[in-house]
Amino acid sequence: MSQQKEWPLWEVFIRSKQGLDHKHVGSLHAADAEMAIQNARDVYTRRMEGVSIWVVESKHVHASNPDEAGAFFDPANDKVYRHPTFYEVPAEIKNM
Amino acid sequence: MDLHHKPTVDLQGYSPEIRALVYDYTLQLADTSLILGHRLSEWCGHGPILEQDLAMANIALDLIGESRSLYQYAAELEGQGRTEDDLASLRDAVEYKNPLLVEQPNGDFGDTVMRQFLFDGFHFFLLKELQNSPDKGLAGIAAKSFKEASYHVKWSAEWIIRLGDGTEESRRRIQKALDNLWMFSGELYTMTDTEKALAQAGFIPDYSGLLSQWEAHVGKVFAEATLEVPQNVFMQKGGKTGRHSEHLGYLLTELQYLQRAYPGLEW
Repeated sequence: MSQQKEWPLWEVFIRSKQGLDHKHVGSLHAADAEMAIQNARDVYTRRMEGVSIWVVESKHVHASNPDEAGAFFDPANDKVYRHPTFYEVPAEIKNM
Repeated sequence: MDLHHKPTVDLQGYSPEIRALVYDYTLQLADTSLILGHRLSEWCGHGPILEQDLAMANIALDLIGESRSLYQYAAELEGQGRTEDDLASLRDAVEYKNPLLVEQPNGDFGDTVMRQFLFDGFHFFLLKELQNSPDKGLAGIAAKSFKEASYHVKWSAEWIIRLGDGTEESRRRIQKALDNLWMFSGELYTMTDTEKALAQAGFIPDYSGLLSQWEAHVGKVFAEATLEVPQNVFMQKGGKTGRHSEHLGYLLTELQYLQRAYPGLEW
């Protein structure tokens, strides 16, 4: 075991019920993956919030650069034809 | 507030003797969970890291919740109009029936983990069997608490292994905790007259069976944690029959303060 004083940071994803996606709920410190899952259980599922937990060490998450947000996301602004809003949704389809 | 209310158990078929025994035993289990839950709650805000602070608070709440159900059932068995609050808050140390182990002070995190580990195995195997008790009150409470205890037993075992097979300092401290607390483990399995009579009547398991399961469990975990069980230890006992260490009096002073200062308050 290494002697580092600070445990690494982990990102926690919880699936609130079967069929739904795992959603990011927060982060925590833990020495390894197993402890991270246990800690996540104790910190984030105390009120029946979840049926499944994913953890990933924060250093493995690669993020887009906020400074490039304009170049990244603005071009999609004026392309309404990419949204499927020009279709009639059949009445029997409930969740769309 | 009554989050834990359970349906009333039919006690008509019980002789006064059996009823008194089940009452006595239910109270013993209630005291045990309450005292350990209270001890763990003392960590709240003082845990080594936030995540473990919460983990210990969660376990404390499980145990205190279990004790509530047991006190409610005990009050019903007694049938003298006393409530869960009376039983938890207005009995003195000599009337408390918890084993000595659970009243031991928190010490450092390793001491707390070791106390928890020694208890969790006992609790887990007992609740597993108690779910099959012909006494519906105990069986129902055991079924609910068994799920919680299954997590506790995992939590404390993993910490024993982490600390034992960890750094030089963590190993030294968890071994010291084991050396200090081992003498309180024997009482868990030393059956009182009440426990013997109930086992005889088929209401609770015989503890020799629980002991062998527990020995296999702790032996496996200690081996993995590279810890050594102290040899030739004189086992302390007395808590289950009301002879407690000095620690319990201080603990009860704090635990019972509110009810004694403001009689009649309800949870």
